[in-house]
Amino acid sequence: MIASPLTSAPLFHLGPAPITEAVVVTWAIMAALVAGGFLVSRRLSLVPSTTQAAFELIVDTVDGQIRDTMQVEPGPYRAFIGTLFVFIFVANWSTLVPGVQPPTAHLETDAALAFLVFLAVIWFGIRAGGIRGYLATFASPSPIMIPLNFIESVTRTFSLFVRLFGNVMSGVFMIGIVLSLAGLLVPIPLMALDLLTGAVQAYIFAILAMVFIAGAVSDQKPAPDISSKRTLP
Amino acid sequence: MNWLAFVSIISAAIAVSFGAIGPALAEGRAVAAAMDAIARQPESASTISRTLFVGLAMIETMAIYCLVIALLLLFANPLLK
Repeated sequence: MIASPLTSAPLFHLGPAPITEAVVVTWAIMAALVAGGFLVSRRLSLVPSTTQAAFELIVDTVDGQIRDTMQVEPGPYRAFIGTLFVFIFVANWSTLVPGVQPPTAHLETDAALAFLVFLAVIWFGIRAGGIRGYLATFASPSPIMIPLNFIESVTRTFSLFVRLFGNVMSGVFMIGIVLSLAGLLVPIPLMALDLLTGAVQAYIFAILAMVFIAGAVSDQKPAPDISSKRTLP
Repeated sequence: MNWLAFVSIISAAIAVSFGAIGPALAEGRAVAAAMDAIARQPESASTISRTLFVGLAMIETMAIYCLVIALLLLFANPLLK
């Protein structure tokens, strides 16, 4: 009997809270990312070293994507979107370490990430135009759409985390099935496909988060304001 | 094995098999259109293939939803508890 991919067994208990393997892997990834970010940004210079140039390339790519997708300056959104992308990317590729299951293959991690996006949409929306301005975006095409927009803001969060969970979990699940049917080296092409899926899903998660935030932010601004800002040298 | 488990297994198989038809057709059309576009404009191949990958992942999600439903039926069926 194959273990259910929808439940996770606790590894140990920390007081009353059960700690699963996914949580431990998440902590390890968080520690690695924080330590890596600290080490890289400790000695920044105007003439970048090779390492600094490589990491600046990542930041620049994230900036370019935010600029292309949201049509705004990336400053306030870089930290959130960039962290989201890098964390999901590293989490999906953590399956490269033998014996580690990616934490995004469990429903709880994805639900937490999607909930963060849900909160970030509200936060950036209120910051851009106040509570009245944010609530006005729900009536954006016409007031008839208000209930539909409310429902959509919940269902799109739901589909966001089911998409990430389903893609990563199905990869892990398929590898498990093939490994139980065939020999040792047979699932390697599937694992390569899994890495591609993981990278694309991290990109899609970040893009969708940008689109949702842009929907809450850019509806409130008058259009000429943005275009005049973009034509500045 | 009672008949609820029987029906659950059958419907899980139906969910995956029929849920795969639509995304398969859609992915075929998307790849064909992308090939057509690349043949017309080889210089924009990188942009087209990047968009194609994202689009394919989006389409594939529909089949993944069906897989999630099938796994829910098999592993977390509330009727079989």
